[in-house]
Amino acid sequence: MAQSRNADGNGVPPVGGPGAVSLALTVNDITRTVRAEPRLTLAEALRGPLGLTGTKIACDRGACSACTVWLDGVPVCSCMILAIEVGQRRVTTIEGLAEGERLHPVQAAFVAHDAVQCGFCTPGMVMSCAALLAHTKQPSADAVTAAISGHLCRCGTYPHVIAATVAAGAETKGDGP
Amino acid sequence: MNRFALAHARTIADAAARATTTVADAMTAARSNATRPASLIKAGGIDVLDLMKENLLAPDMLVSLRDVAGLDTITEAPDGGLRIGAMVTLGALAAHDMVRRRYPALAAALAGAASPQIRHVATLGGNLLQRPRCWYFRAAAFHCLRKGGGHCFAISGESQYHAIFDNRPCAIVHPSSAASVLVALDAAIELVDADDTIRRLPLASFFVAPGRDTERENDLRPREILTAILLPPPAAGLCTAYLRQGERSAFDWPLAEVAVALVRNEESLCVHAVIVLGAAAPVPYRAQAAEAALLGRRVDDNAARAAARAAMEGATPLPRNGYKLPLFEALVHRAIMAAVAETL
Ligand SMILES: Cc1cc2nc3c(=O)[nH]c(=O)nc-3n(C[C@H](O)[C@H](O)[C@H](O)COP(=O)(O)OP(=O)(O)OC[C@H]3O[C@@H](n4cnc5c(N)ncnc54)[C@H](O)[C@@H]3O)c2cc1C
Ligand code: SF4
Ligand code: FES
Ligand code: FES
Repeated sequence: MAQSRNADGNGVPPVGGPGAVSLALTVNDITRTVRAEPRLTLAEALRGPLGLTGTKIACDRGACSACTVWLDGVPVCSCMILAIEVGQRRVTTIEGLAEGERLHPVQAAFVAHDAVQCGFCTPGMVMSCAALLAHTKQPSADAVTAAISGHLCRCGTYPHVIAATVAAGAETKGDGP
Repeated sequence: MNRFALAHARTIADAAARATTTVADAMTAARSNATRPASLIKAGGIDVLDLMKENLLAPDMLVSLRDVAGLDTITEAPDGGLRIGAMVTLGALAAHDMVRRRYPALAAALAGAASPQIRHVATLGGNLLQRPRCWYFRAAAFHCLRKGGGHCFAISGESQYHAIFDNRPCAIVHPSSAASVLVALDAAIELVDADDTIRRLPLASFFVAPGRDTERENDLRPREILTAILLPPPAAGLCTAYLRQGERSAFDWPLAEVAVALVRNEESLCVHAVIVLGAAAPVPYRAQAAEAALLGRRVDDNAARAAARAAMEGATPLPRNGYKLPLFEALVHRAIMAAVAETL
């Protein structure tokens, strides 16, 4: 199918598909081009062509938050977002949190507090808790509870997740923004 | 999901011209014409993609409103009210300073809906236009009345999440948490078609009860875009409250929700009362007997209890949802007391 490109040059045509179109996606600060049909979700694009399988798909309906990633720093369910609609927004996944071998404080706290059981909900949980810490330096247990209110953990790690995030917040005390 | 093309509309007229079908029409076998391509509006996509993933919808094209300018802003109207663009997300609205100060019940309703992740994506327009959650409706295997079939499976079946008022011949509850409180606040909506013709109407009269048509929940027409929700300025002395009860404390549609808007005069007598029940009926339900029970009276605990009892007048619960009566009665009582406590 012939496709025109729009003026702002982000590579997303005014009408794309139903066949595959080229999309430039910026994930964890690296921009890569993938071929994707409009029906491909961001979660599928991450796990498939981009090879970033840290993001999990469980319900695929927006109802469990396992697939949580950040769009411009804001947690969203990647299973309910079309990759073609991401545009120039920056995507951050669980793979983008650690700096080399140094874990993000929330990741380290999850390890220290045994906040992982089977681990399927964990990448999403970590993304929500890390987003909370980015805006709230020392979150209360209630603030963490609210931040993870969309997450389902069938293993019941909630109390450990809350303790881990509160502890991670307490440790970043005094750090600059 | 089926394969589809995605169009990024640039203007309201462009989006309207491309939106050949409403989701309600596309889902009704009797009305849809399989050979004619269906093109549907997508806002946040939370509901429309869910229906597509369940194979209840298979459009040829989605028309995204993402790039249409001016739909995602909240502005103060000349009359002191608020104009909320249809593409404003639930999260942005709940966090908006003026909404929290002047329409706290609206902020409360939105802050409790769905999850943080959904609220960052779901729009107010899409929330009002989302299709019902009836599990028979959501399952492709049940060709019920609302999909153009001949039977309601809920009335004689699993009716625990269904309506207790006006529940014939279809017993859905309206799914929008924003709708109940917006009706209590006397909101209006603005719709624009492909010729840029503007239609404004009270939100309450936009909803369609099953007695009129079982196949749609609202009066949205093909080639029409919901552009804004308009709130009048809060009346002097207006006090409001919104309460919900669900099975879970977060992240689920409620079992019952109540929005209350009251005004009392200098003698503390109630001169204006709107009480709206959500998750009670196919459209946001005005509990008029409860409103009448408050008007002209002092709003104390006794009056609130009497109004709460009156709110259940005329209920026709189904075999599985009788529990909703005491639930609503308690919530109406508490919501009235919460509203007057706000200004004491
Ligand atoms: C786990 C979960 C829990 C939830 N809990 C709640 C809850 O407690 N309370 C609640 O109210 N909701 C709840 N929701 C529903 C959610 O809030 C709605 O699905 C969402 O608000 C829909 O908005 P959207 O922008 O994603 O709409 P879309 O899916 O994009 O659109 C919805 C419908 O409206 C049409 N449409 C959208 N915008 C326009 C427009 N401007 N003009 C014309 N047509 C338009 C579309 O064609 C479509 O038919 C929940 C959802 C999930 C997944
Ligand atoms: S309640 Fe309405 S939507 Fe549900 S099965 Fe009955 S007719 Fe269908
Ligand atoms: S997989 Fe996306 S919310 Fe469950
Ligand atoms: S650790 Fe198993 S689902 Fe949360």
